[in-house]
Amino acid sequence: MAEAIMNYDEAISKFDPVLGLEVHVELGTNTKMFCGCSTVFGAPPNTHVCPVCLGLPGALPTLNKIGVESAIRIGLALNCEIAQWCRFARKNYFYPDMPKNFQTSQYDEPIAFEGYLDVEIDTDEGRKTFRVPIERAHMEEDTGKNSHVGGATGRIHGADYSLVDYNRAGIPLIEIVTKPITGTGKYAPEVAKAYVAALRDILRGLGVSDVKMEQGSLRCDVNLSLRETPESKLGIRSETKNVNSLRSVERAVRYEVTRHAARLTAGDSVVQETRHWHEDTGISTSGRPKSDAEDYRYFPEPDLLPIAPSREWVEELRATIPENPAVRRARLVADWGLSELDMNTVINSGALDLIVEAVDAGVDAAAARKWWTGELSRIANDRGIELEELPVTPVHLKRLEELITAGSLNDKLARQALEGVIAGEGDIDAIVAARGLAVVSDDGPLLAAIDEALAADPAVAETIKSGKLAAAGSVVGAVMKATRGQADAARVRELLFEKLGVSE
Amino acid sequence: MSDLIRKDASELAGLVSSGEVSAVEVAKAHLDRIAAVDGAVHAFLHVDTAGALSAAAAVDAKVKSGEKLSVLAGVPLGLKDILATNGLPTTCGSRVLDGWIPPYDATVVTKLREAGIVILGKTNMDEFAMGSSTEHSAFGPTHNPWDLDRIPGGSGGGSSACVSAFEAPLAIGTDTGGSIRQPAAVTGSVGVKPTYGGVSRYGIVALASSLDQAGPCARNVLDTAMLHSVIAGHDPMDSTSINSPVPDVIAAAKRADIKGMKVGVIKELGGEGYQAGVRSRFDESVALIESLGAEVVEVSCPSFPSALAAYYLILPSEASSNLAKFDGIRFGNRVGDDGTKSVEQVMSETRAAGFGSEVIRRIILGTYALSAGYYDAYYGQAQKVRTLIKRDFDAAFAKVDVLISPTAPTTAFKIGEKLDDPLAMYLNDVATIPVNMAGLPGMSLPIGLAPEDGLPVGLQIIAPAMADDRLYNVGAAIERELLAKWGGPLLAQAPELAGA
Repeated sequence: MAEAIMNYDEAISKFDPVLGLEVHVELGTNTKMFCGCSTVFGAPPNTHVCPVCLGLPGALPTLNKIGVESAIRIGLALNCEIAQWCRFARKNYFYPDMPKNFQTSQYDEPIAFEGYLDVEIDTDEGRKTFRVPIERAHMEEDTGKNSHVGGATGRIHGADYSLVDYNRAGIPLIEIVTKPITGTGKYAPEVAKAYVAALRDILRGLGVSDVKMEQGSLRCDVNLSLRETPESKLGIRSETKNVNSLRSVERAVRYEVTRHAARLTAGDSVVQETRHWHEDTGISTSGRPKSDAEDYRYFPEPDLLPIAPSREWVEELRATIPENPAVRRARLVADWGLSELDMNTVINSGALDLIVEAVDAGVDAAAARKWWTGELSRIANDRGIELEELPVTPVHLKRLEELITAGSLNDKLARQALEGVIAGEGDIDAIVAARGLAVVSDDGPLLAAIDEALAADPAVAETIKSGKLAAAGSVVGAVMKATRGQADAARVRELLFEKLGVSE
Repeated sequence: MSDLIRKDASELAGLVSSGEVSAVEVAKAHLDRIAAVDGAVHAFLHVDTAGALSAAAAVDAKVKSGEKLSVLAGVPLGLKDILATNGLPTTCGSRVLDGWIPPYDATVVTKLREAGIVILGKTNMDEFAMGSSTEHSAFGPTHNPWDLDRIPGGSGGGSSACVSAFEAPLAIGTDTGGSIRQPAAVTGSVGVKPTYGGVSRYGIVALASSLDQAGPCARNVLDTAMLHSVIAGHDPMDSTSINSPVPDVIAAAKRADIKGMKVGVIKELGGEGYQAGVRSRFDESVALIESLGAEVVEVSCPSFPSALAAYYLILPSEASSNLAKFDGIRFGNRVGDDGTKSVEQVMSETRAAGFGSEVIRRIILGTYALSAGYYDAYYGQAQKVRTLIKRDFDAAFAKVDVLISPTAPTTAFKIGEKLDDPLAMYLNDVATIPVNMAGLPGMSLPIGLAPEDGLPVGLQIIAPAMADDRLYNVGAAIERELLAKWGGPLLAQAPELAGA
């Protein structure tokens, strides 16, 4: 049953929201965190399992080094300190999807801690940066997955029986936990969404995860509490789970603000509990009550050795951290002289890295952007392939631009040359030569073609002369057609106006 | 009864490799012995006749084809039922694992099989290795071959009893607080707990992960060393396994020379609480060691009196977590699943029905000790004691090469005598526990019978980490003198078992 809510603006006028975000990232390692089983998604149930990830008696974990490496890189990308020495801990609780009835996790000794992430959002006063403080990023293993068979709802209540698939059990997870995020005011929903989006971009840039929220490789829990003023002590929080899209992050925060505000205003206290987000109805419902007294009986995992990453290793990994996507975006917008809107087009086209590569190789930024977001995107789209799969290199684009600047290719011919590249006909010069792609630079044939075009449409000359210069287009077009595109359109126009005695 | 069963493992291996006796004959002799006496001793929970004969036949085939054999090929062995065996039941002495057949072998088992050692079956133990008498087995107690009314020690009473009852010349035990050494002491056999990390724990059902260690049991020091050399070594499947060469324990057992060594007697492990006959045999051993040219000094380990208390916080804490997986969901016995109950109820009923009282006692203790608000006072404090114990050992080994003490405070007690008094039971391991707390290697060596009850007494020898070879050198030197004095093995003095 839906609970009472208060209008958002009213809620924000009465209360100060405090956010907390817990994000679980499934790492894209080939094997699980503590055994050699495959992590590939979608295999038949219980086929990617072994004594270790099934928790069979006697089995022992061994550590996935790539998992640790990814955790350190994530920590570094989030401006965290990296522990000089840390351990895994056992988080003890009984649940059938957890093979050992404890989760191998980290407790008071996380691998990364004390970081931050700056996120930008649009506010009434323009774009503004919020710094999200990060408490920790730690390593742990995923659980299996229960499915409930029979009954109406597909949930455990009323089901005939339940099945467990342990393929997911033991897949490495990194849990990234923020400190309480204060000072967002009414922008709490936007900050939450921007944080998760920025985090997703960073993780994608690091190449540590496929960060697909819909497949559960990025999962977000939203903690929210309200207090009367920014000076008041923190209120009681709710923890909303199953928030599995960026849009839902924003909506869940907004909803919880309105729900908490309604309760508090009515004189009820907020219940500290886990809640479930419902994407379809846009509300959260109560899950299990959660109290601070919930006792996981953590203790250091005796089956694994402590991890002591050497400073050299950490520095080596630091050198592999790509520029923060938000910082990079801001830099490129300035360098390339783009609007935010242009940049959005570039990013949405998926061509950013390819354009950067071309620019780094000396191609003009505007030209690189034009080719990759225009003609090449169209070709890739037609063929149903990714841009990266096109055999077009910065060298191709560079030569193409040189020929265009020199006037020996025009736009249309350049497109034909690219078709040649994609067809595997060799480098640009070879294609130009083989296909006979060259702008006709001799005025003689052009003048002949202009005469022909004027003769074919006797009225047009008078129209142009009367000042309707736009009419020249049809003549130029006819000439281009007659020369199979190999004319320089600008020169044709010039010659036409000269002939008619018109000045532009 | 064939005289093959009285022979040492090294001798049997020689007979098999030379083709004088077939491994199948050796296996059959021991299977016959088990059939004859195990009704009274109850060392075995499961005898794998077919598997043993086929493993023996494979060794014989290798002998025929002239293939090189490992040192103990064709020698029979009893395996503590806590090691996972592919295709063979593994119960840990518990009803909760009734019906579980592991789909994989423990690393130790793989090594035994590769060495051509013939696994006769799985030996009895206190449930999940919790106990010092094997009375806590869900399948009934094992009896001490020296006196069937008495306990064979524990938790590995089945392993020590099968060796001392001549059902097998070799056995594998595991030792978390003394479960190899104390049974060896009270049955007149030899048992070694190797350095923590010296033998892989992969496939050994965990009691307390930071303390557990598998090791060899046999009737003499050389056989024990040979078995040690087969099972030891780095295993990438066990993160706590030590990646360095195994000390040459066989050479040490053959050296048997302690002239010029310094031997420390641990002041805190002896005296009050130790049976008179245990003390007198221990004192004789000290004199013997001195007579062999070693210098004996007394060393103090002031934290040892706290070891037992700390151990009974660390062990139950780890055990409470390790044993959480026994819930009837994925393997083993499931109780109460009649289609009307929740998964939590089924887990709860399975555990209540599957675990015995000692296991439940320790799970509750451990759950309590790890609880929020108690962790620092109990588990945290116990870990500090553990550090102090390690420091005591470090200080002692700065002065001496090995340390000695009695293995157990008393000889074998009567079955049922301490069953209702857990604290009295726990005190059996007072001398062996500090060794596990520090991860060190320790041996129990038979040094004679207590005059007052005619039952075996054990000497504990302790060495620094990864100096397991010292145990064998010292043990073999003492053993050689005692065999001469006794005119043969101590076990020759044990009474004949009915049915044999």
